Amino acid sequence: MSSVEFRKDLFADERDDNLQEIGKPTRRQDILGHVTGRSPYYDDHLFDGLLHMRCVRSPHHHARIRSIDTSQAERMPGVVRVVLARDVPNNLNTLLSLINFGKDEEKLIQDTKVAYAGEPVAAIIAETEGQARAACAAVRVDYEVLPHVLDPEASLRPDAPVVNEVYPNNTFDYHDLYDHQKLRFGDVEKGFSEADHIVEGEYQMSPIEQAPIETCGAIAAPETNDRFVCYTSTQALFFSLGTTAKLLNMPSSRLHFVGGTVGGGFGGKVDSIVEPLSVLGAVLTGRPVKFMWDRAEEMQVGAPRGAERWRIKDGVARDGRILARAFTGFFDAGAYTRLSSYAIIKCTGHIPGPYSIPNVASNVYCVFTNRTPATAMRGFGITGVDFAIECHMDKVAETVGLNPIELRILNAYRDGDMKPHRRLAKNTALIECCQVASQKSGWAISADAARQSSLAGGGGTRAEIPESLTDSVGRIGERRRADIPTEPGAGAPSRGRVAAGTQGIPIVAAAPQDEDMITDPARMGFRHAPAAPPQPRATPSTPVPPAVAPTGTPVPSQQAAAPPQPASPQPSASQPAAPQPPQAPSDPAPAPYKPEQPFSRGVKRPGVSRFLSGSRRR
Amino acid sequence: MTKKPVQFRLNGSPAAVFVDEGQNLLDLLRRGVGDLSPKYGCGQGTCGSCTVIIDGEPRLSCLTLAETVEGQQVETTNGLADGPDLHALQEAFMENFAAQCGYCTPGMLMAAKALLDRTPRPSREEIVEAISGNICRCTGYEPIIDAILAASGQPTRRTG
Amino acid sequence: MVTVTTVDTLQEAAASSAGQAVFLGGGTLVMRSVNYGELSVPQIVRLRSVAALRSIRADGTRIVIGAAATMGDILRSSEVSFLHPVARQIGGPAIRNMATVGGNIFAPHPYGDFAVALLALDAKLRLSDGSETDLESLLAARDNEKRLVESVSIARPAGDDFRFRKVSRVKPKGVSVMSLAAWLPRSAGRISGARIAFGAMAPTPVRVRAAEAALEGATLDENGIAGALAAATQGLTPPDDGLASGWYRSQVAPVHLKRLLLGEGSRT
Ligand SMILES: Cc1cc2nc3c(=O)[nH]c(=O)nc-3n(C[C@H](O)[C@H](O)[C@H](O)COP(=O)(O)OP(=O)(O)OC[C@H]3O[C@@H](n4cnc5c(N)ncnc54)[C@H](O)[C@@H]3O)c2cc1C
Ligand code: FES
Ligand code: FES
Repeated sequence: MSSVEFRKDLFADERDDNLQEIGKPTRRQDILGHVTGRSPYYDDHLFDGLLHMRCVRSPHHHARIRSIDTSQAERMPGVVRVVLARDVPNNLNTLLSLINFGKDEEKLIQDTKVAYAGEPVAAIIAETEGQARAACAAVRVDYEVLPHVLDPEASLRPDAPVVNEVYPNNTFDYHDLYDHQKLRFGDVEKGFSEADHIVEGEYQMSPIEQAPIETCGAIAAPETNDRFVCYTSTQALFFSLGTTAKLLNMPSSRLHFVGGTVGGGFGGKVDSIVEPLSVLGAVLTGRPVKFMWDRAEEMQVGAPRGAERWRIKDGVARDGRILARAFTGFFDAGAYTRLSSYAIIKCTGHIPGPYSIPNVASNVYCVFTNRTPATAMRGFGITGVDFAIECHMDKVAETVGLNPIELRILNAYRDGDMKPHRRLAKNTALIECCQVASQKSGWAISADAARQSSLAGGGGTRAEIPESLTDSVGRIGERRRADIPTEPGAGAPSRGRVAAGTQGIPIVAAAPQDEDMITDPARMGFRHAPAAPPQPRATPSTPVPPAVAPTGTPVPSQQAAAPPQPASPQPSASQPAAPQPPQAPSDPAPAPYKPEQPFSRGVKRPGVSRFLSGSRRR
Repeated sequence: MTKKPVQFRLNGSPAAVFVDEGQNLLDLLRRGVGDLSPKYGCGQGTCGSCTVIIDGEPRLSCLTLAETVEGQQVETTNGLADGPDLHALQEAFMENFAAQCGYCTPGMLMAAKALLDRTPRPSREEIVEAISGNICRCTGYEPIIDAILAASGQPTRRTG
Repeated sequence: MVTVTTVDTLQEAAASSAGQAVFLGGGTLVMRSVNYGELSVPQIVRLRSVAALRSIRADGTRIVIGAAATMGDILRSSEVSFLHPVARQIGGPAIRNMATVGGNIFAPHPYGDFAVALLALDAKLRLSDGSETDLESLLAARDNEKRLVESVSIARPAGDDFRFRKVSRVKPKGVSVMSLAAWLPRSAGRISGARIAFGAMAPTPVRVRAAEAALEGATLDENGIAGALAAATQGLTPPDDGLASGWYRSQVAPVHLKRLLLGEGSRT
């Protein structure tokens, strides 16, 4: 489209200019179906004898369930089956258990305690949707209403009600050690003390509903070959399949999932709630069952992009250079984890934005509150913190009296700079973006700023990992006993210093945990440590003793932002913890892959990343 | 539950079906007749994805009591093409990238057709007004407005 | 489950199920309740044909609008061109082809924009039992009203004596933060017998008598309307909802009333 302008003059030698499609109008491959109304969305599959499922939902933010009386509902016209928690074969899950991240904590249908308004406590399957609605209204639930908490910081106080009993401290457990994800790079306190200005700001973002026009839903039906077909709106077909297999305790080979034609998702269709429920309905009735949210449900229980609150503190030199930046972030996960824990890992890898700052620290909390669980949405984990960072950059520019575009160019990261998550920046382009923005907006910048380039000036000392100050504040459970500060380093007894090093020397650069995560040196210009296997995880709740690291000795990089590290296997009633094969890439004798464990498909095979089912960066 | 017979014309052909009490036209078209082109997005009139044309006017099928279409002419996206020949709006939507997920598209097409049937060369403002009851969450409205301009033989942003 | 009864006359409809059944106008609100299983009484009564109730005709100095006339019908009638800006601001085109004048009178907060205009234009209603009542008294007790509306008779305003303004967050089809209508008959530049009505500022559309009184004998200028602005929300306790708090509504009502009266700052 003519409104797109290509700046092929920028980084011209980094690509062959032989693109066939980019910049040219093209027809979508699926457009014919769209304009003729024939694209097959999940609800466009017709079944004889289709039954309709609807949920009875909690009207309270937080309540204990004393009893559920379905006797009247069972006698209502058209009702075929009432589904309760006890009908779910393996009624405890966490979405990311498929990549071994986090503990099982959420029931498909609740029977003990509801933790957000709209949480399902029963489901009704009836001949028509109207009959299912009417029967849902006839289910009597006796609730003991409990105090609730709707603000993440209130949730961190020692006296806050326990939202999610699997995480009694109202925070996700990071690395079995801390109630937040830490990032430490250099020494922010030192940076602040050298600064001419301290600039602080607080930024906040409300939850955002993805609001796809097609609401979430699925239709499941028994097939003739002892399998169940499931047409679904999912954005993550195999994720939904794996989750369904796990919750229903059913080999994934008995599930035939059909998806791919999605009426808008934007992240809101990964949570795999509708699929297990519809398949369960088909299992229990032997008939096709549709479970489809209406618009009101989509808005109320459809997991949104979660709310975030950020506090940023910068130490800035008179000339505008940012010497230190500390973040305190709160992600409102709602009542259950869904994808918030992972959003924070993404976020921490992104901090401090596209800038090179020698001292950076962050504490980011995944906090449970009695709100609708939050999940993915376009750029989640990044969007909120970027909003905060860019607002803050303007505030810094105002404080030091600098043109905000020049301030960004001055502090921009450049190729070869070390990012706080201990990866080198490459293909950076913020400077060029700023220069083009200044031209387009007619907002003049200095000749010096206009001369800068992302390709020059990076690397060298900027590629070094500084000596980093660490602390051990915020261990799991600590906050239940006392109000302790949430910001990084505040009043913290030092846990020691991690010695400086350049990347490539195995001091603190995060060791790859799995073979297929090892980066390709040629491509990245990056040498990694020869097989320094991560230390075996401490058992949960046993804190790792403060590591006082003698200079130059490798330490397990608990403090470095790393890709999600697996929680230790959590024994759970229904799923006995299987002995886990050692995960180190150098492990000589991998345990045999057990295909009969249905939901670990593509996940626990030795030698394969537990995070991904394929390989990447190759 | 009693069923009532209802007869109407759907995309020019006679249709005779039984409706459930309280059934809306969207459900009747989709499940009763098997015309899956109108979509459910809200059941409350706010999204427009169920838009159909009844007796020449755009209406929301989710808010239309099915039995009230007795004797009326109903048009849906399913009947937009003439055999293998696509309608100018369909061609223009394809050409102008006026759909991403495509879920709002049948409703958009009906709103646009109702406009063009009365106003063959609408202004941009008239187009905006005509699709103001239809939400598209993916595409942004500009390509859709362009497509409707193009279908009525008028210049778009791209063709200038 | 919902049952639907079809009858021939408004009188039969009013009598249906001892006045318990919900009358189906254009259905834009009734069908939402059906779809969401929220109908208080699951019985609907409808007319076989509404053609007779859709007419819009002059009647001396007044105009009579059938209760089943849709917003689309209003927009097609040159008789009520002064109401076109009102009808055009209700929903999108498809909603307007369905939404009726009668239904708008019963539409709950924050709906009822058309009724606000009718209220300013001294609307008198003809009801299914043959009686007449003014819109204001019907609105005051509409929740218990068992009779149905057959038609609405309104004054025909001269020149630019009638003004309407809808304040919404989403354009062009958002729901009202508030709507305002004024009928300002003038002789020799001085207002006499002004009627001012607000929508979404109370459970039903309402007149603001204090503001009307303050305009008596006044001229339509900054000084002349000062008293009316001061009295803009007298006696009103606007509701809180997802669009605006009652406090916000009270704060901005005089601003919008000023724009309405002086025709300033209109953004549509
Ligand atoms: C997406 C959307 C947008 C909307 N936007 C607006 C808006 O901008 N402004 C606005 O004012 N409204 C709006 N509405 C609300 C509604 O569409 C209008 O108020 C409409 O005029 C209601 O009329 P209806 O004929 O559809 O009512 P129905 O749904 O048929 O009926 C509504 C109520 O009125 C009663 N009723 C209907 N006719 C009569 C009669 N003749 N006598 C007695 N009782 C009667 C019914 O019994 C019922 O209780 C919107 C609705 C939707 C779904
Ligand atoms: S489904 Fe009818 S308007 Fe949304
Ligand atoms: S294309 Fe997805 S909603 Fe319009």
